[in-house]
Amino acid sequence: MNDHKTTRLVEVRTKILKENDVSARALRERFQDEGVVVVSLVSSPGAGKTMFLEQTLMQLRERYRVAALVGDLATENDAQRLARTEVPIRQICTGTVCHLEADMVSNALGEWRTEELDFLFIENVGNLVCPASYDLGEALRLVLCSVTEGEDKPLKYPTIFNTADIAVITKMDLAEVVEFDRAAAHQNIQSVRPGMHVLEVSAKTGSGMTEWIEMLSSRCAMEESGKPMNDGR
Amino acid sequence: MHELSIALNIVDVAAAEVKRHPEAAVSAVHVRLGPLSGIVKEALLSAFEIAREASPLAHAELVIEEIPIRFYCQQCEMEVSVASIQALVCPTCSSPAGEVLSGRELEVSALEIEA
Repeated sequence: MNDHKTTRLVEVRTKILKENDVSARALRERFQDEGVVVVSLVSSPGAGKTMFLEQTLMQLRERYRVAALVGDLATENDAQRLARTEVPIRQICTGTVCHLEADMVSNALGEWRTEELDFLFIENVGNLVCPASYDLGEALRLVLCSVTEGEDKPLKYPTIFNTADIAVITKMDLAEVVEFDRAAAHQNIQSVRPGMHVLEVSAKTGSGMTEWIEMLSSRCAMEESGKPMNDGR
Repeated sequence: MHELSIALNIVDVAAAEVKRHPEAAVSAVHVRLGPLSGIVKEALLSAFEIAREASPLAHAELVIEEIPIRFYCQQCEMEVSVASIQALVCPTCSSPAGEVLSGRELEVSALEIEA
């Protein structure tokens, strides 16, 4: 043993998720160059992401070129279900990984010509914890919570709400039955993410979907105005 | 829970740095952690004990510096720390937080090296 050991501090300053951040930044630049609006969806399992996405795709597909990636630990059920929309869908099976990472998105895109799209949706694995740490290069992140989950989801999972741009309260058709306290839900969302835009929807009855589709349309118009015209358009 | 994959990333980041000091032993890794990173301190500490095995950091301890959520309060005209992640408001005047200045940190800040 050396008795004259000295300890010194070496400054490092490296982001632990640097690799994911680099991949996400590359994706974001690519999507911006291509003029495709990328929207990701996160929620707990069973909050209604797939149903909400299905209705969104159905309403957009007449006017826009849309596609979706759906993440799950296992099964192709969501992709099969969304295939009914006749929109290009790809399933990402993460195996045991509880969230999507930027590289999984770029790998899943493969040879897909995303520059021909107006919208790309990415449905994350049902999880309100881990997806918060991983940037996917999306332009908009939606966090969904259903009325059946109670009003305090934002307080229990503040980080995911903080990293998201829009909160969507789903299954509003059940609000009365479960005595959902709207005011409390809104207050909790604003408490963890001041100024957050909140949508209340029912993908089943279609309520609130018009506002959402209009938001997407104006977002797309914004992209279009900054995008060079392609041939054949 | 993805603290184990984060802990493995910490080992990777530190191991890359250690290559520059091949003769040295790492006795500690310093990490800056903000509450908005989505990582739980206690879970990360346990995960690190598994992640460090059979790595150049096998004998290193993890030192976590917790970084508060801070923002500039327009009302008070000063930078403030929020009291809780559940309430992103100014502790003095209760104005809602604007852009967050700190609190998202998840980074290796330094290594303690013995030589």
